[in-house]
Amino acid sequence: MANQMNGSQKISVLNPVGYPPKITPKPMAPRLESLDGKTIYLVDPRFDDSGLFLRQVRDWFTEHMPSVTTRLVEMSSVYTKDDPKTWETIKANGDGAIIGVGH
Amino acid sequence: MALHTHVFEKVVKTVTRIHGMPEARYAFVPQPVMGKTAQQLRAYVDGKDPLSGRPVMQEVIEGLTRPANGDRGKEITFDRSTPRWVEKDSEENLHRLFLDNNWTDKLPIILPTEKRVEEMLARTSHKPDEVVGHMRSNQFRVLWEFTVEKVAVNAVMAGARPEYFPVILALATTGVSARGSTTSSMAAMVVVNGPIRDEVKMNSGTGAMAPFNHANATIGRAYGLLSQNLQGGSLPGDSYMGSQGNNYMYNSVTFAENEERSPWEPFHLQHGFKATDSTVSVFTGCRSTAFTLGVREKYWREHVRNMLRGMDAHSAPTFLLDPIAARQFIDRGGFDTKEKFIQWIYENALMPAGEYWDYQLIQNYIYPRATFGEEPYASKLKAAPDEMIRMFKPEEIHVVVVGGETNGYWRIIGCNYQKTVSVDDWR
Repeated sequence: MANQMNGSQKISVLNPVGYPPKITPKPMAPRLESLDGKTIYLVDPRFDDSGLFLRQVRDWFTEHMPSVTTRLVEMSSVYTKDDPKTWETIKANGDGAIIGVGH
Repeated sequence: MALHTHVFEKVVKTVTRIHGMPEARYAFVPQPVMGKTAQQLRAYVDGKDPLSGRPVMQEVIEGLTRPANGDRGKEITFDRSTPRWVEKDSEENLHRLFLDNNWTDKLPIILPTEKRVEEMLARTSHKPDEVVGHMRSNQFRVLWEFTVEKVAVNAVMAGARPEYFPVILALATTGVSARGSTTSSMAAMVVVNGPIRDEVKMNSGTGAMAPFNHANATIGRAYGLLSQNLQGGSLPGDSYMGSQGNNYMYNSVTFAENEERSPWEPFHLQHGFKATDSTVSVFTGCRSTAFTLGVREKYWREHVRNMLRGMDAHSAPTFLLDPIAARQFIDRGGFDTKEKFIQWIYENALMPAGEYWDYQLIQNYIYPRATFGEEPYASKLKAAPDEMIRMFKPEEIHVVVVGGETNGYWRIIGCNYQKTVSVDDWR
């Protein structure tokens, strides 16, 4: 009986979860009005045959939107490392980018 | 604009949200991409997003051209925190709450009452509100922060005794998660060295890696629980993506090195500590394991090479040797130091270059580094396909002596050494 009473008694316990960081909002790059005549980079993170997949995306543009120039580029190292050099190249020479296939 | 495989839907949404990019544009193709032919992948491109049901390329084009409307931004709470207490309730309801909130490893826990947490905190000189570390499940996540008290709460839940707390605190401060989210299903391994082993009665002998010792069991369990809770969760399909999972995660292969019966110097001495220091060392990976009995006179070299060839070429070997096996290696090969043994392993872990570079994990993680000139990978890449190349770097290979000498068994576990930290600093 004592155990049953204890079991229904309300107790206080501490929360085991850590403290999340505050989220800082980051604006998206402005969207394009259209892709006509634009240069779109296809960025290969070099993971699980992603390059072969992006070649199919490139071929799709060639067949369906020939006015779009595509440039297929590989990330400079493994996908887990940031790649500022590639991002700068895209900013300087491209109008947009598609990255894939990512986890 | 990003393309992902559809099983990563929750991960993509969570990661873009926590990085403050709720309006990020993405579309999905079926899983897997790996191993598919060009024709099959073209069918993905021509087909529909399996989640939205809309044409993949239509979503891609809209993703590049449709202005953001701000709707997804409303889903985010930018200023977040965690309350110190859980709302008062009955024990039964609290156990249910912890289970439902994924705060446990699905085994029963000890509820972290204030008294129990205070008893844990009494075993360290550090203040409860001291921030002692940050953790995340992988490099794409944001770091969560935690205090001494938060570590103590998780230690209580795991059933650890207060005297274990300095070891558990030290583990937390490594910042290495025992709940890492990799599709490869990693686990952690923990090796304890120095006087603390005897102080808390850890097992380094018979059955050291089995569930027979309270300290081994609960220190390892606490490491797992604190990892998942202090990094902000470990939930399959969202913050945990190990495809098969890994049973080693239940207590993170936690044991003490058998320093007394080892013929070599203890592991922590190899990493800058003194024999009188108490330390804990953390490894991650722990997917592949190979084992055998003894070190045979005639073909021991071939046996070891065969085992190494059978390992995952991306995870370096750590040798876990019963003291009998360690002494046999000295008898057979003259390895009177761990360093000499490691050098022999380095020189004999060989594979034809063509086979090595064709492994998917090598393609994903090593090949890109080789093509951009990183050594020693760039030199390996120049080898002819049938040329034997070294699978690992010597500094990646490790040796720990553990076991009770009931026989000369030994095993190789594929894992990456992360770091060794002081336990004494957390007393």
